[in-house]
Order: sequence, then structure tokens, then C-alpha cells
Amino acid sequence: MSRTPKRDAPRNVILVGATSGIARPLGRRLVARGWNLVVTGRDAARLAPLADDLRVRGSGTVATLVFDPSDGAAVAGLFGAAAALLGAPLDGIIICHGTLPDESGALLDVGQTRDAIDTGFTSAAMVLAAAARALEDRPGAFLAAISSVAGDRGRQSNYTYGAAKAGLTAYLSGLRNRLHPRGVAVITVKPGIVRTPMTEGLAAARSPLATDADTVARDIERAILRRQDVLYTPWFWWPVMTVIGAIPEAIFKRLKL
Amino acid sequence: MSPAPQTLSGWGRFPVGDAVVATPADRAGMARVVEGDHGAGLIARGLGRAYGDSAFVAGGTVVETARIDRFRGFDPQSGLLDVEAGVSFAEIIALFLPRGWFLPTTPGTKYVTVGGAIAADVHGKNHHRHGSIGMFVERIDVMVADGTVVRCSRGENADLFHATLGGMGLTGMIMAACFRLVRVETSRVTVDYHRTADLEETLTVFESGDAGSEHSVAWIDCMASGRAMGRSVVMQGRNTPLGELSPEARRDPFGLPRKRVKSVPFTPPVGLLNSLSVRVFNEVFYAAHGNRRKVVDLDTFFYPLDSIRHWNRLYGPRGFIQYQAFFPRKSSLDGLRELLSTIVASGAASFLAVLKSCGPADGSMLSFLEPGHTLALDIPYRRGVIEALCGRLDRILLEHGGRLYLAKDALMDGTTFRAMYPRLDEFLAVKRRYDPAGLFASSQSRRLGITPA
Repeated sequence: MSRTPKRDAPRNVILVGATSGIARPLGRRLVARGWNLVVTGRDAARLAPLADDLRVRGSGTVATLVFDPSDGAAVAGLFGAAAALLGAPLDGIIICHGTLPDESGALLDVGQTRDAIDTGFTSAAMVLAAAARALEDRPGAFLAAISSVAGDRGRQSNYTYGAAKAGLTAYLSGLRNRLHPRGVAVITVKPGIVRTPMTEGLAAARSPLATDADTVARDIERAILRRQDVLYTPWFWWPVMTVIGAIPEAIFKRLKL
Repeated sequence: MSPAPQTLSGWGRFPVGDAVVATPADRAGMARVVEGDHGAGLIARGLGRAYGDSAFVAGGTVVETARIDRFRGFDPQSGLLDVEAGVSFAEIIALFLPRGWFLPTTPGTKYVTVGGAIAADVHGKNHHRHGSIGMFVERIDVMVADGTVVRCSRGENADLFHATLGGMGLTGMIMAACFRLVRVETSRVTVDYHRTADLEETLTVFESGDAGSEHSVAWIDCMASGRAMGRSVVMQGRNTPLGELSPEARRDPFGLPRKRVKSVPFTPPVGLLNSLSVRVFNEVFYAAHGNRRKVVDLDTFFYPLDSIRHWNRLYGPRGFIQYQAFFPRKSSLDGLRELLSTIVASGAASFLAVLKSCGPADGSMLSFLEPGHTLALDIPYRRGVIEALCGRLDRILLEHGGRLYLAKDALMDGTTFRAMYPRLDEFLAVKRRYDPAGLFASSQSRRLGITPA
């Protein structure tokens, strides 16, 4: 007989890209645990109602920070600014920002390619670099970032996005190797197709394999608590991507995936 | 790029219609939808629990409020909750019951949104005491046809407030609302069960017990005929105070049992709720509930059917309609008698039939309830047969000064509707003021002539 929410020792965490479709339900789950959050986004007008929502739902502190992850100076100052807002050192960061370029029509041009790599890889890697420096001496801390199953193998429908995510997956893998001896967890999150505003209107969002964002958020919450290395969410993407990864290139190049 | 239309229906799964569906995530996204071109019209949809055709518009656009679901603020002094339209009652309970707060009134399912609850001006088992949800609403933010958000309350833009409350989404998109939660000491209800022999006794039990009961409702056996017609199990309850809990229950006063949620996984090819199965159920239910007192949890008392997901599939592929009638106090007994005998004679099975006494009206222009009684029952849909039966029932309602609930209606005609809702012209004047081009429309509003067909 209980629905009294689960509480654990409050943690101080930065949620980057907090207005994204996956971060929204994830933030709600974390404040329900009593965690304190610094929620970041580029648009102050969208951040404020999100923070109000989290404050009603949770008991901890929720601070907002307007932050552009592609701005090097802002990234370098992120942890200092977040710690000042919470009045406490941070013990974790979750990176959720991202965009999905439309690669279903014409080939991307040079500028679009650069934007896709910059958002999907460069900005995330910069934030991770700042996070690693801020958290390397805090055993028990964690760094989580949303990569994608698209990074497991380049496919014609989203190889630029996939390449950026492949880079991010490799970066996270190396960082995990580096930080493991310091007791800091690095969590690679690989969602499949998720129904969010980012995928709205795409044919993929109507696929039977598509999942709602709250299911993915629940898996991420659990992976963070368990300090899991790599999370495929939902779970069936692990066997799916294993099969896709095993197809010989000579055959793969003829497929329409 | 306009996405492909989807086939939608209400909870009764009759009728159905095709509409384009949009799911904006914020006010800017909603404004973009409102500014678009929408064919037959534009209507909001929450969790789709209205039974008939009020939350879709065939040939138009349906705006789901699923992502307009943020809490905006809560004042623990006054209990005033400020929320966006897509927040569900289930979510409010999950968040606020552990803090000692509950909904001021609630329909028989918690899977409704705040926006839908206000648009249908929902009522619950405490209507006889407190009226419908509108009595607790302080203000509503409505996005009207020009894309601006108008704040309305009893003091500010009162015309829009009284038209939007119970206005079935036809004045604009309800974006957010502020309403009062009420304090509870526990998650339990102390219920007195009272078995009655006929309709007259049921109404007498309401009469004598309602004043002292926070919640009151009767399950009525719609298959019983002759002298037993209207026999019921009346349930009168009050929120259980902390002091009445056992010492072990007191350790978790707001806990709720974790129920195994059962589900109807697919629609059976024929409805399983027919006159035989319902007759057996009714006999067993009536026999099982003697006169006694029992402490039950809130989920069991308020939301018995929420424990069976997709229960509406039990009526089979043709669906069902729910008929909810209101009679003013002076004609209740005669009206209900005539209604029940017509239903019994028709042989139309009703699994879920609920009778309830009603209290104060809340001043909304399309207000459904006022002092009197309301009877709600399910009828499996059978083409032709149901139209004829409901036509007869509508005439009984009209003869006794009654009316039909818009959140359940699927079949009524415009002339009947007009006769039942005397403040319709006042409502239409407000609608014209905020929606001069008639953008907001549902399949129901077109059928009833509230908007052009």
C-alpha cells in the first residue's frame, strides 16, 4: 500500500537541453526523487514555464540557465555558473540537446552538414570536456549524454546525424575508460525512434518501433541510478542494431534502411 | 505539409470521424495551429473520454493537449492550483494526494484532462453538496480564434468564462486554468451501503442521507422491472479522517493499494455485454451489497472502472452510447419512472447505470445540472434500434423539463438540444464575439446546429 514517492539523497545535476522531448519527462522524474536541477536551454521564454512545472512537481531547487552549448566561453563557465545557482557543487550532468537534420530529401549541403556535426558532436563533446574537468575529483559523480542507435551504423536516411552520434559514442567510450579509475560514471544513452517534437511529422515517428518519450526517460533514470555504461532504449534496439551491424557492407549498401 | 487524417471516436467508439491531428507543445505552437486553415473546424481533445462526437470534428483538425501539460504553480495556503489544460486528474492525484490534497470533485475516471473537465463542466459524486467542477474554477486562459490568449474569471471577461465552462471547447482552446484542491486527511472513504427495493426508496434514501454525506451515488439495476424497478445499491461516503484509520494504516495515510491493472487487449468480434451477461451481473451485484459500512480507498470508490484498461472494447466493434439524463427535482420521480420503464421494455442492456442527486448549478451557459436527479446508462449501439430508443427517451426528457449531457451525447438532434438548453442564444452571442468566423467546431456542434453543419 504505497504511492508515496521514492526519495534518495538529493543530487545536484545539470540538465542540458531541458526543453527537449526526452528531457521533459526525465526532468519530471528526477525532481520527483527530490533532486536539485539546473535546467538549461537557449530560449528563456521556454525555460521559465518548464522550471515552474518542475518546482511544483518536486521538492528540491530548480534553477534556470540560458546556455548555448556551441558557445565555447559559455561551456567553460557552465559548472561555475550552475554551482553558484544551486549554492552547492554539482554531481552530475545529463546532455539532451540535439537536432535532427532532414536527410530524406536532397543531399545536405556543406553548411547543413557542418551544422549537423556541430550540434550533434562538437557542442556535446565540449560540454563533456568541461564536465570531465569539473567532476573528475568527485567519485560518485556521473556524466550522461544522449547519443543514438543511428551512431551504430551509417544509413542513407540519416548518416550525417549518425556520424555525429558515432563520434559522440566514441568520445563517451573513451571518457568512460579515462574516468572509471576516478569513480566517475559515464553513461551512453542510445535511444531508437522516439515520438518527440524533434521527430514530429517524420514517417519514422509513425513506425511500430517508435516509443514515447516517457518510456525512454524511465530507462535513462534507471541507467543513471545503476551507473550503467551503455543503454539501448527501448531494450530491443540492442539486438536490432547487432543484426544491422553484422550485415556485410557489400549487402548493406544495397539495402533501403 | 499536412499529415494524413486519423480516424477518431469518443470513448463510446460511436460515431467515428476522420480528422487531421496536431499536438503542439506550447503556446506558440498552439497559435500556429489556430492560425491555419481547418476545413470543417478546429476542436481540442484531451484524453478522449467524452463518449460521443464532442472531441473530434470529421473533416477538420483536432488539437491534442497532451504536450500542453505543465504545472504552473500551487499555493499550499489556499489550495489553488494553476495548471495547463493537458494535465490529467490522474497526474494531479499522483502528485498531490501524498501531500494531503484531492480534487474538489471528480468524474468516474481520473483519465481526463483539466481542459476537458472544464469544457464538459464535469461533476462527481459530491454534486448534491458542491456542484460541478466550475464551482471551484477561479480563472481560465482561453486562446480565442485570433490566436491571442484571453484570461477570464467571474470578474474579468465573465461572458467568456461562463461560456467556456461547459462550453465543449467551442469558445476557443482552453490553455490553462486555476482551480482549488481540497484537503483530505487520508486516501480512504468511509462508505455506507444501502440496498433499496425500488425507485421511490432510492430517492428517499438520497433525501434523508445526502445532507450528511459528502459523496452519494446509487448503482441502479436497469434490468429490474415491475415493482422492483429502480432497485439500487446507494453508496453514501465521507472522506475518512486520520483518527479512524487503524494504527498500521496510519503510518501511510495517503497510500493507495497497487492494483493489478487489467486490460481488454482487443475488441471482441461481438459485444460481451448483452442482456444475459448484464442480468447475471446485476443480480450478483445487488445480492452482494447488503446494508453495511466499509472503508475503501479512493481509487475503488471514485474510479472502479479505471482498473480495467480499454473497458469500452467490451461493447464490441459497433461501440455503445452513454445516455445521461437530468430531471429537475419536481419531476424526478415521474420522469425517471417513465425513462426506466421505456428502457426495460426495450430490452436494451445497461451494464453501468448510475443515479445521483444533484445540487447547485454553477451559472455556466450550457450548464447541465441543477437541483434534481441524473441517471447515466450505457446502451450497446445497434443501428436504427438505438436511434429510435433515444428519440423516445429524449421526448420523455423534454416532457419533464429534463436535459441530456453534452459530454455523453452522440445522437440528439438540434431541435431537442435547443429546447433543453434555454441559454443557448446567450452562448452563441459570446461565441460570435470571440470566434466570429466560427473556427471552433466539433462533429457534435455541427450535428446540434451550434455551428453550421
